[in-house]
Amino acid sequence: MKERNDDYSKRRQKIKAMSDSELKKYFYKLSDQIVDPLVEMGYEYTSKSIERSVLLRMGFSSIEAKAIVDKLGEYDLLKKGAGHCVYKLSKEKKLSIQEAGVEITEKEGIDFLKEAFHYETS
Amino acid sequence: MKPLKPNEKLNIRNILKDLDKYRPDKRGWTWRNKKTMNIGPFEFKQASSSLKNFVPLQSAAYLGGIDPQPDSVVTAEIASGRFEDDIRRMRMAAYHGADHIMVIRTAGQSHFDGLLEGTPQGIGGIPITRKQLRAQRKALDLIEEEVGRKINYHSYVSGVAGPEIAVLFTEEGVNGAHQDPQYNILYRNINMVRSFVDAAESKKIMAYANIAQIDGAHNANATARDAWKVMPELLVQHAINSVFSEKIGIKPENIALSTVPPAAPPSPDLKLNLPYAVALREFFDKYKMRAQMNTKYMDSSTREATVTHVLNLLISRLTSADIQSTITPDEGRNVPWHIYNIEALDTTKQSMVGMDDLLSMVEIKDSGYIKEKKREIQERAVLMMEEIIELGGYYEAVEAGMFVDSGEYPERNGDGIKRDIDGGIGAGTIIKRDKNYMAPVTAHYGYNNLSQYGETFEKDPAKLINGSTFEDPDKIVFIDELDESDNVYLRMDETEKYRNTNLLKPEVEWLADGVVTVDLFFPTIKKIAVEAAIKTGENMNLTDVEAIHSEVLHPTEGTRVQIKGRVNFDIDIEKLVLPEEIETITEEEIFDYVKKHPLKVIAGTGGDDEHSVGIREVLDIKHGGVEKYGIQYTYLGTSVTIEKFVDAAIEMDADAILLSTIISHDDVHYKNMKKLHNYAVEKGVRDKLILIAGGTQVTPEIAKKNNMDQGFGRGTKGLHVASFIVNKHKEMNKK
Repeated sequence: MKERNDDYSKRRQKIKAMSDSELKKYFYKLSDQIVDPLVEMGYEYTSKSIERSVLLRMGFSSIEAKAIVDKLGEYDLLKKGAGHCVYKLSKEKKLSIQEAGVEITEKEGIDFLKEAFHYETS
Repeated sequence: MKPLKPNEKLNIRNILKDLDKYRPDKRGWTWRNKKTMNIGPFEFKQASSSLKNFVPLQSAAYLGGIDPQPDSVVTAEIASGRFEDDIRRMRMAAYHGADHIMVIRTAGQSHFDGLLEGTPQGIGGIPITRKQLRAQRKALDLIEEEVGRKINYHSYVSGVAGPEIAVLFTEEGVNGAHQDPQYNILYRNINMVRSFVDAAESKKIMAYANIAQIDGAHNANATARDAWKVMPELLVQHAINSVFSEKIGIKPENIALSTVPPAAPPSPDLKLNLPYAVALREFFDKYKMRAQMNTKYMDSSTREATVTHVLNLLISRLTSADIQSTITPDEGRNVPWHIYNIEALDTTKQSMVGMDDLLSMVEIKDSGYIKEKKREIQERAVLMMEEIIELGGYYEAVEAGMFVDSGEYPERNGDGIKRDIDGGIGAGTIIKRDKNYMAPVTAHYGYNNLSQYGETFEKDPAKLINGSTFEDPDKIVFIDELDESDNVYLRMDETEKYRNTNLLKPEVEWLADGVVTVDLFFPTIKKIAVEAAIKTGENMNLTDVEAIHSEVLHPTEGTRVQIKGRVNFDIDIEKLVLPEEIETITEEEIFDYVKKHPLKVIAGTGGDDEHSVGIREVLDIKHGGVEKYGIQYTYLGTSVTIEKFVDAAIEMDADAILLSTIISHDDVHYKNMKKLHNYAVEKGVRDKLILIAGGTQVTPEIAKKNNMDQGFGRGTKGLHVASFIVNKHKEMNKK
């Protein structure tokens, strides 16, 4: 930010009459205003790390999770959820979760998923 | 594994065995149970349960060996680069009162896109991996049984792999974590949007596992040029992370603010720090306080750092601290060593116990300077938030360089940390979730279309896969080692000859590292003194000699220098001659015996010897001498002839003679002992008298060789001498 002198005494005019508890209340109101859009983004977006963390919870090793997520990322499938992709493949092709994960890294699974998700409303 | 015994070393190889099968038995954070405790003759108001096994403060030797534990959780940060050596330090730390073991990560881990595996050596910390976590958790599970208190294990959920690390921590029973996206953004230059999106997932997982969260605001102190000027901003940073965390689902009681008193002497420490501490605790009263110590102004003086930390502890006691950190006093000069971790813990315990119940006697004024200053800090923070919103929000404010400016808000010096919303590591990597986005796991944050597979799964998404690793730990995949050239087994093989064998080497952090310090003074200017000190180390056959501290006592009259270096020899325990240990009995036993068998002793300094300090300490009740136990003594004074000792003993019908003999040149102390024995024999009283010699150059071996019944050297207390007299008297009576 540009340099500026301390203008605290000027800026505080509108808050100086507040009681301590009013000031605290106002502090939290402003906090909410700052934080709410950040929370909202967390709700709507995902990332490779989040998707890998999902796969870890599904029982993949860190190495497998990385390979699967990288592959799904390449084909723009992370927006469906990496765990979703694995689950869908396992369910529809009657594979175990582990087998479905392997198939995704071997591209076979990718083709199937592209097809499967294409026919669904997204 | 078998429970640990205080007299047995922790076997690291056993810890590493069958790790793939080890499951931590609990999750979540444990607070101390604050209560009033009566310990020894004292009442402590801010105490918690005592430990089963512990090492008390040194002064406890005069207070019945008590070891009162304060009410705050106490932290030790332990991460030397070799986690296997850190395990031994964790055990030592637990004995000194640590119940929060924090592991610092190796340099660069926060930029690693994914999880590390195996056990590579770290730099300035350790690589956090599943194997390392599981080994340390397993060891801590044993250690907490040994000391009788739960130990919180802690590391960092930050960087570009935060959510994965949060999963790992949940699976491996980690109880506490640093998590603050602002830390990523400001100090690790990780993209701001990515940081917050990842943080939401990480926090959701931490909330599920009941992991206590510590934020990263204290780093602003360490970074800003004038740390005390960032106080308003610190409130803002704490609020952003705390409110964000709570909205994601972390309970307020698991949200801890990492707060550091920003200033340190020679600034007027309390005048700057106390209003800030009050302002913070007033605004954030529903959260916990993790009182960190000041590191900003630390240099190489361990003494100076310790004093700053004691002042920080005063602030903790004047306000509050749910978690009390301990910064090692050597942190300004190296990665912390064993001894300084323990010193820091003892400093904390000593100060907190010493200031027990302070607020029942003094209170912080609710008027004048402190009230005005506190309010000013709070108002400045509020004004900063107003401007963040005016600028368009958090991201825009960071882009504008609003944070970590060295001006006290609203003053700006234009030197804040600036980050671009499209810049930094991981920029452009977030992905918008589609309408049918789904994740079939527990503790996943955000939009998750489970209803497409049936509404029953909304409550329990992991049911889709018959449970995630959180419900079924057998699904966790354990990777042992990935690097054949860098792992714990290789490191342990290298030092194997020092593990449970007869060989020893000095150590500061790693087994047999051989590092020693030497403290020197030279009557010269600093520049010369430092070089002279290094030369001294080399002449002592140390290698890798470095000056680690210097202090001018006078610009020309003299300089103190501390050096470190390595010794290149081993000590063979079998070749050491160990001094005989005098068996002590309990004070009660002595009291009882002396009551039934009144004992009298004759004491003095023998020959031409005027040293009387030592003998007085062994005699006087004031110093815990034999008088304390009801033993009557007659003190003959200094330079007493040997004959006089025996004559006085006969006259007084004494049971024992205590001959103090300090001067040792020309073996005069040996001669005195022999003379005392011979004269007692000559007078026909040797078999009725207990003859004891004491002095700085006396050892039990020397004394007995010279016909004494026992000898006592440095560090002797009345208890030792009284124990011996009672035991010997019993033995003589039997005959």
